[in-house]
Amino acid sequence: MPSLSLRVNGKPVDTTVDDPDMPLLNLLQHDLELNGPKFGCGLAQCGACTVLLDGVPIRSCTTPVSDAAGGEVLTIEGLGTMRNPHPLQQAFIDEQAAQCGYCLSGPMLYGKVHVERNPNTTRDEIIAALDGLLCRCHTHYRMVKALERYAAVVRSGAKV
Amino acid sequence: MTPKYFTPDALDALERAGFSRRDFLRGAGALLVGFSATGPLAPTANAQPFATIPLTQVDSWIAIAANENVIGYAGKCDFGQGFRTVQHQLIAEELSVPLERVSMLICDTAVTPDQGVSSGSQAHPTQFGNAALRTALATARDTLLRMAATQMNVAMDQLTVRDGVIFVNNDNNRRVSYGALVGGKKFAVALNPNAPLKDEKTYSILGTSVPRYDIPPKVTGEFQYVHHVRVPNMLHGRVVRPPMVGAKLVSVNQDSVKGMPGNVRVVTKQDFVGVVADNDWAAQQAALALDVSWTTPAPLPAQGSLYDFMRRQPSRDAFIVRAADVDEKLRSATRTVSATYLHPFQAHGSMGSACAVADFRAATNSITLWAASQGVYPLRDTAAAVLGLPQANVRVIFVEGSGCYGINAVDTVALDAGLLSQAVGRPVRVQLSRKDDLVAGENYGPAYVIDLKAGLDAAGNLQAWDYEAWTFSKGGRPTGASPANIPTGELAGFALAPFVPTTTPTVPTAFSNNSNAASAYGTGTVAGRSGGTGILSSERVLVHTLQSPLFTGPLRSPNRLQNTFANESFLDECAAAAKADPVQYRLRHLADQRLAECVRQAASSYGWDTRPSPLSTRGTGIAAGRGMACCLYEGNNGYCAMVALVEVNQTTGEIKVLRIVTSQDSGPISNPDGIKNQMEGGALQGMGRALYEEVRWSGARLTSIDWRAYKSYKFGDWVPEMISVPINVPGVEQMGAGECTITCAAAAIGNAVFDATGARLREVPFTPDRVLAALRAR
Ligand code: FES
Ligand code: FES
Repeated sequence: MPSLSLRVNGKPVDTTVDDPDMPLLNLLQHDLELNGPKFGCGLAQCGACTVLLDGVPIRSCTTPVSDAAGGEVLTIEGLGTMRNPHPLQQAFIDEQAAQCGYCLSGPMLYGKVHVERNPNTTRDEIIAALDGLLCRCHTHYRMVKALERYAAVVRSGAKV
Repeated sequence: MTPKYFTPDALDALERAGFSRRDFLRGAGALLVGFSATGPLAPTANAQPFATIPLTQVDSWIAIAANENVIGYAGKCDFGQGFRTVQHQLIAEELSVPLERVSMLICDTAVTPDQGVSSGSQAHPTQFGNAALRTALATARDTLLRMAATQMNVAMDQLTVRDGVIFVNNDNNRRVSYGALVGGKKFAVALNPNAPLKDEKTYSILGTSVPRYDIPPKVTGEFQYVHHVRVPNMLHGRVVRPPMVGAKLVSVNQDSVKGMPGNVRVVTKQDFVGVVADNDWAAQQAALALDVSWTTPAPLPAQGSLYDFMRRQPSRDAFIVRAADVDEKLRSATRTVSATYLHPFQAHGSMGSACAVADFRAATNSITLWAASQGVYPLRDTAAAVLGLPQANVRVIFVEGSGCYGINAVDTVALDAGLLSQAVGRPVRVQLSRKDDLVAGENYGPAYVIDLKAGLDAAGNLQAWDYEAWTFSKGGRPTGASPANIPTGELAGFALAPFVPTTTPTVPTAFSNNSNAASAYGTGTVAGRSGGTGILSSERVLVHTLQSPLFTGPLRSPNRLQNTFANESFLDECAAAAKADPVQYRLRHLADQRLAECVRQAASSYGWDTRPSPLSTRGTGIAAGRGMACCLYEGNNGYCAMVALVEVNQTTGEIKVLRIVTSQDSGPISNPDGIKNQMEGGALQGMGRALYEEVRWSGARLTSIDWRAYKSYKFGDWVPEMISVPINVPGVEQMGAGECTITCAAAAIGNAVFDATGARLREVPFTPDRVLAALRAR
């Protein structure tokens, strides 16, 4: 049983895993009981399982847990809370940008990285940055608006 | 401690309402009729029989605690369409209490009133109708006013309610609160359909854009979906489905998973096969490794000739409307127009593959299921039949899942979990693989072939309309009497009632356009009475329903979407034949002013320029055009019109929808931003279905096994600009709001492609190949 150390949402996690090839998503959802990253396809085709690994969006459903060893994982839980939301989360609340919300980790985290690197981004660039993500409720329009709103917050120099 | 399976928004509302779990049981529990001793929030099944909650008693719907908090119980659920929030608004409004004092429990078969299924855009009209939540609230309010009048010895008309306190008019010192009147006690009165309703003009909460309760916990990851139900001692399951449609189980080689990690157990029942393990990863690995032999079934009808096959099958035939003069009016027409429209099977394909948790207790021979079903009550009855348990020993608790759009695989996976839990005697969580969810879990929206023929008079106006369709059916929403309506019911050994074709078509005794098979332009005249929205009396509508090789069910806007694609595209063909502007042509043939108003509003919000289509018929390169479609959903449940602006690349055949403008009249608007969210989501989902979605197979094997094989609209493709125009119509009945725009999308887009290029698209999805073929056929 190999042991494994990583950080998840700023907290150290030291654990053992039976199978180093087990997807990171399984550790996050089942062992750590996080609810942000979700199983949609298990095939890197939808984005529901998105997390940031060392600041880079990845599909945790196809990332072996061993790849996260020593790394820093951020899920949407790590951004803020209902009572103290992160500006990105606030932008999605302000735009009421969800239906079922099952897909949110994808658009939020790919969007976050894109907008923070490119605060002067355009609507077209935001859409391109979300390429490959699905939202089967088809809430695309509001989610793009939420990311445009977040870009305005980032441009304003607010702490994010 | 709070139960972990409970969604945070509900917990929050409970917290806000001052009900911790135990307080809730002690304080409000006394109001609740017939609950098990452990109360409504008990996490597992341990007291039987489970209660059933009557629809007819106020106490089934509403309880008021001594601390003035109000809790509502409802049997209509929410999958992200916002109806939970709207129900809170209704309670606060009708009782005149602040929103933050209201909390709700929805869809728990042992706790909430049996309202059947949340579907067909019926939640809104039902809860606001005269036998459900609003009536319970009006009765409660009336009862409270009567009690206050007696207690303070004044006439009822001398009383006013503010924030849950009843005042004697002009005397603020004489007052009594709801909590003081009934807190902790039962109302013990029956719903009174004549109880006075609050005057809509005084509304301050309904009709406002109260933000959705569930969005903050969803964007922070605090929301617990059914995928996050975690109960003590829980194991994890996966299913192993037949690899081909109709394959039967021959044998299972248990040795193939022997020694795999996670204490793997194999469970079979008839053709149902599943594995259970200590954790999800071990269960996934075991399901892949398990060696199972299946029979080789006959191939499905060849996909390439499916639509011809459909015309030749035995069928059940029904007229929706049959005017006597259609043939004669077609013969005497100045010209006739005819066309055939084709629509494929489509999948619900929810974002999250379906998941459920079951907890079977051998000691009490009972089971609790946590499921994201639209119909927890019929699912309870279905599970009882499949598991061989008395209905009173089954409890189904709704926990929100991924957006569902009809009968995705959530009912079937609840049965999967039930079978596995019953076999191993421990709680089991099952989440389907993406493939099992897409090809072996759900009931598809059915394929359609629709022939249309119209006769035009010398002025180009419609004088006859002839519709004939062939469509498939197998199964549908599961019931206790028919568990085989969904895949796991069939696998577990249940059979559907045999398909019996009709010898002569049935003829209606009254007009019902529930499936929108009749166009919007007919009078819908049956037995001398007209129920349609148009002016054309000479119409004939005949539907042939065939036995389907694949499970079918009510995918969002079932049948109505396919029919409206055909009828609204064909109307556009008639307008073009008449060289008439498509909006003007629609208005010329509509009698119903609410539908006409939707058409006008969508056109004016778009900036419609009046002229016939097409703009051009011989172009190359990129061409742009606009198209219109409209409908009265289900013939009586939501008016809608849509204009789409598209760009067509005439070299590649690609369509890009640049702008979508929708207008919708669903009666009085409960939540303006909520209806807009539904209009936008519906329009885009309709666009995605029109452009990409088609279930495919080869031989007996379904090949739409993932998101590459089953194409879906992706973010990177582009995102149209959207303008949504909800039309508020106070003083009439509430109508459905969630399925109107999706119904119009395919026709609006196809009509826009015609406007841009002169090419007519008659087969969904509008793939580049089909667009190129239509361009060549100009
Ligand atoms: S669940 Fe990982 S991409 Fe779909
Ligand atoms: S909001 Fe339901 S999948 Fe995106």
